[in-house]
Amino acid sequence: MSILPAGCDVPPFTLRREDGAPFTRDDLAGRTTVLVFYPAAFSSVCTDQFQIYEEVLDDLSAQGATLYGVSIDQTDSQVAFRESVGTTIPMLSDAIPQAAAAKAFGVFFEPTGVANRALVIVGPDLKVQWSWEGEHPGILPGANLIFDGLAVAS
Amino acid sequence: MEDLRTAPPPPICDADHVRGDAAGTAIVFYADFTCPRCALAHERLTQAGAHVAFRHMALRAKHERAVPVACAAEAAAAQGAFWPFADALYADQGRLDDPHLWQRARDLGLDVERFDTDRRDPLVAARVKRDTRAALAAGATTTPTLFAGKGPLSGVPHSDWLAQLGYDERVRIPKPR
Repeated sequence: MSILPAGCDVPPFTLRREDGAPFTRDDLAGRTTVLVFYPAAFSSVCTDQFQIYEEVLDDLSAQGATLYGVSIDQTDSQVAFRESVGTTIPMLSDAIPQAAAAKAFGVFFEPTGVANRALVIVGPDLKVQWSWEGEHPGILPGANLIFDGLAVAS
Repeated sequence: MEDLRTAPPPPICDADHVRGDAAGTAIVFYADFTCPRCALAHERLTQAGAHVAFRHMALRAKHERAVPVACAAEAAAAQGAFWPFADALYADQGRLDDPHLWQRARDLGLDVERFDTDRRDPLVAARVKRDTRAALAAGATTTPTLFAGKGPLSGVPHSDWLAQLGYDERVRIPKPR
């Protein structure tokens, strides 16, 4: 399994927003979205990751991009995690059916049964514009990579 | 809006806070005064006498005092006391509220009124933000992050890393068990 490369159509998927409402492929239409797949709420690497991304949210917004965190955690865990790390980045749960979106995007990490650490930029046309996946979940992509990806995508 | 695409850290310049052996390999040290790992890194770099340029990596989400304390250090720098103030901050990270900052300023003989005005100066906040964003553009993902020629080191520098930079003669750091 490998991450969807640039140019691929985004597959159908259903994630859960923090309020329980579904978040689907259709919610990506007409805007640029950065999906941040991460392995597990409360891990130290995930904490660092969202704290540095929080620092650049205004810059992402200025480029018309919206960023979401995606993991197989239940929503309650994600919200507690988000609050504990002091980030405003909205979370999307891939818990039910577990890891279905991670598998659809090609970022499921078989050895531990979680989403690998990965970034996917989806364009308004519902195509993958840019993607990145770590060799393993311990590798943290810097915020700079997101801006590199947006520059390539534009 | 600054460019946050991947870029190396800016070269060391006169505006940086630099100390240590100027003949030694220069280390750009991106750090946060509220971060315990940064305190340990600061101690090891100081012990090694390393040629260090300190830059802020103050993340708002990391600690509510990260940015205010970084600004206070810049206010101390305006009175020529960046390093004594930085040493005092890292020596006691349990006391980082405003009264503690004022006390440090008093202890160092600074003009406390000027210190308090300077730390709220928007230019000071801009300096801290500029440093932090340069760190992120350089690929820093945690505090501390150190750059010394090659790729970044994330975390506390160990003796082998320092020895590779030529600081082996002065480093007396026990290896982790």
